[in-house]
Amino acid sequence: MSAPTQRAAAAASPFLQVHFRSMREQLDTAKLGLWLFLASELLFFGGLFVAYSVFRANHPDTFLYAHHFLDWRMGALNTSVLIASSLTAAWSVRSAQLGRQAELRLLLLATLVLSSMFLVVKYFEYSHKLHNGVFWGAAYQPSQEMLAALPAALRAAPPPTNLGTFFSIYFLMTGLHGIHVLIGMGLYLWLIRRAGRGDFGPGYYVPVDAVALYWHLVDMIWIFLFPLFYLM
Amino acid sequence: MSGAAHAGDSYLTHGRGLRSWLLTVDHKRIGVMYLGVIVGTLILGGVFALALRLHLWNAGGGLVSNDTYNRLFTLHGAVMVFLFVIPGIPSALGNFVLPLQVGAKDVAFPRVNLLSFYLYLAGAVLFLVTLVVGGLDTGWTLYPPYSLEGARGLGILIALVGVFLAGFSSILTGVNFIATIHKLRAPGMGWFDLPLFLWALYATAIIQILATPVLGITAALGFMERLFHLGLFMPEYGGDPVLFQHFFWFYSHPAVYIMILPAMGIVSEVVSVFSRKPIFGYRFIAMSSLAIAVIGFLVWGHHMFVSGQSQWANLVFSFLTLLVAIPSAIKTFNWLATMYKGAIILKTPMVYVLTFFAIFGVGGLTGLFLGILATDIPLHDTYFVVAHFHFVMVGAVMIAFLAGVHYWWPKMTGRLYDERLGVTSAVLVFLGFNLTFIPQFIVGIAGMPRRYATYAVEFQGQNRLSTVGAFVLTAGLVLALWGLLASLGKAGARAPRNPWGAASLEWQAESPPSHHNFEVPPDGVSPYDYTTLKELPGDQGWVVVGKREVA
Repeated sequence: MSAPTQRAAAAASPFLQVHFRSMREQLDTAKLGLWLFLASELLFFGGLFVAYSVFRANHPDTFLYAHHFLDWRMGALNTSVLIASSLTAAWSVRSAQLGRQAELRLLLLATLVLSSMFLVVKYFEYSHKLHNGVFWGAAYQPSQEMLAALPAALRAAPPPTNLGTFFSIYFLMTGLHGIHVLIGMGLYLWLIRRAGRGDFGPGYYVPVDAVALYWHLVDMIWIFLFPLFYLM
Repeated sequence: MSGAAHAGDSYLTHGRGLRSWLLTVDHKRIGVMYLGVIVGTLILGGVFALALRLHLWNAGGGLVSNDTYNRLFTLHGAVMVFLFVIPGIPSALGNFVLPLQVGAKDVAFPRVNLLSFYLYLAGAVLFLVTLVVGGLDTGWTLYPPYSLEGARGLGILIALVGVFLAGFSSILTGVNFIATIHKLRAPGMGWFDLPLFLWALYATAIIQILATPVLGITAALGFMERLFHLGLFMPEYGGDPVLFQHFFWFYSHPAVYIMILPAMGIVSEVVSVFSRKPIFGYRFIAMSSLAIAVIGFLVWGHHMFVSGQSQWANLVFSFLTLLVAIPSAIKTFNWLATMYKGAIILKTPMVYVLTFFAIFGVGGLTGLFLGILATDIPLHDTYFVVAHFHFVMVGAVMIAFLAGVHYWWPKMTGRLYDERLGVTSAVLVFLGFNLTFIPQFIVGIAGMPRRYATYAVEFQGQNRLSTVGAFVLTAGLVLALWGLLASLGKAGARAPRNPWGAASLEWQAESPPSHHNFEVPPDGVSPYDYTTLKELPGDQGWVVVGKREVA
């Protein structure tokens, strides 16, 4: 099909931007652009992963000690919440492609609800730490209650150095991840509004697809953060 | 957005008023706005440089206080690197030219492109704010612990936010460029039918996307460290300042290839068009751009030979650094071979490019001195380093930028600049540049350290030569600016579609192009096939005669 014919065929869609020749080209371009952006996101987080590795290599005992302050049950709960949200996100793309409007709206809403659950759990984790003086860097001053959570052997010995740095890295990585979750929630709100208008269907589902890709990256990063902080 | 193009309707007149510019998503207008701001930053950085050179007229300094001197060289470096050299060619010229060269109506994501412009502008404004707030006297590299001490005040925080924003502007530009080149090429335009400027921008975009986010996170971490004492970079809180250096150079060394690769792209275009010969070794030039981009990621440690990193790391980084010389030399010899037995036309862009060859040769070869461990140790932190990177960043990149601005000026504005002024400016820039920086090689080898407000009296002669050179260079730049701007007046000659007889697609569009670039979407063509072009008498430029070889 020549370019003008393609345009004519697609002219019905109000969502075809003027500089694309077809809806297909627009979709492919948007997805390529998003993959490139995700690559740059990986490198953005990459700096923090390097910081984690450097400090872990230099202070292994610190990392071993400090991870007792993190509750692996909360982390595991959040991991399952996020994995479930990835499922609903992927499923919502399928619904959009098939034009199942009610299902699409339900799945988008489910993704939003799950992502807010994640932040609620995170809120409880953060506030527990901050109430007990587990701050970043130089401000690290754990309460007696917090120290009681440690195994007896660690409580008896003097604490290792650089504990504040561990929590700096913890708050930075989970915090930056949390900001990404917030952005994702904003995007899902936007999608829900557009889905309510019936914008999406087999001919046009770029935003649903793109936001789901972004959301999978956010999940992926958490899947690395969980073992690095809570389990190792 | 819509509106059929009619005769006389160009992108400049399509939509009137300030609002139609500030909210435009047209890549050409965004390119022009970038160009305006970028020239502004060049002037600002240049004024700082002149103040520095005046201060160094006497060995004892004396023009400004030593503290002011430290701020001046910091802002000179930061403004020039982050606001002029890095975005200069890709954001201004690339934005304008790239969609035209692939035969598209716009970049892939026009609104993202506008966002990228405003992020850049916000970054630039924040650097201006640091001028007022003060405290930024750390050198453009912002090394902790010095840079993150409490005494630095607000300036450093604002500068870090500025770096962060300018960085994200760069990432978004890279995303746009790669997506556009992949998906929006004209029908029939294969990868090896791309003009080499686009191969250069493509390689640049890879670095922008993969290296710049590391600068972003570094700036963010520096910011947080300064505010919350995280213990990442500051030894007093348990941090590691060398980690900052690794992060910083992981971006900032590839960044020098963000600077030079697009410059090399411009050179590839200009040298072929003004030699009236197809580019020699097309695939080698294209692939060497990618090779430079890839190897460029693996050499950052050569900035840290004396930082206490292990000798083994030093050896490996030194070896990898020398590897970059290979693709660079491949390009250089291919350019020279392009000129061989060509019909060389000495118009302004070509004169600039010829001076580029001389300067880039010296700049590249002196880089070897600094890549080799044995010679780097004594030369480290001397004026030799200053001279070397100015040869590459100013002598090569800025001169290629000037070549590019003159080359595409008729396309951007629809006007022809005055050739005599243009050629004179090129010669003045060349002379002034060499007069400024050759003496710095000499004092550097003799041991004059960089970044000091005063120096030993024995170096005064060379320093004065350097200061005189800086003013000659400025005169050349002012002349170039004047020549270009004068063409916009009533007396400026109208440019034909194709004033140079170039074969790539942008020259098939009107000068200046219409809102959607082409009246009819073009098919791909061989970008360096000059056999079907014929020059019309007078200043009517070149037209295609007969059937063009379709890509």
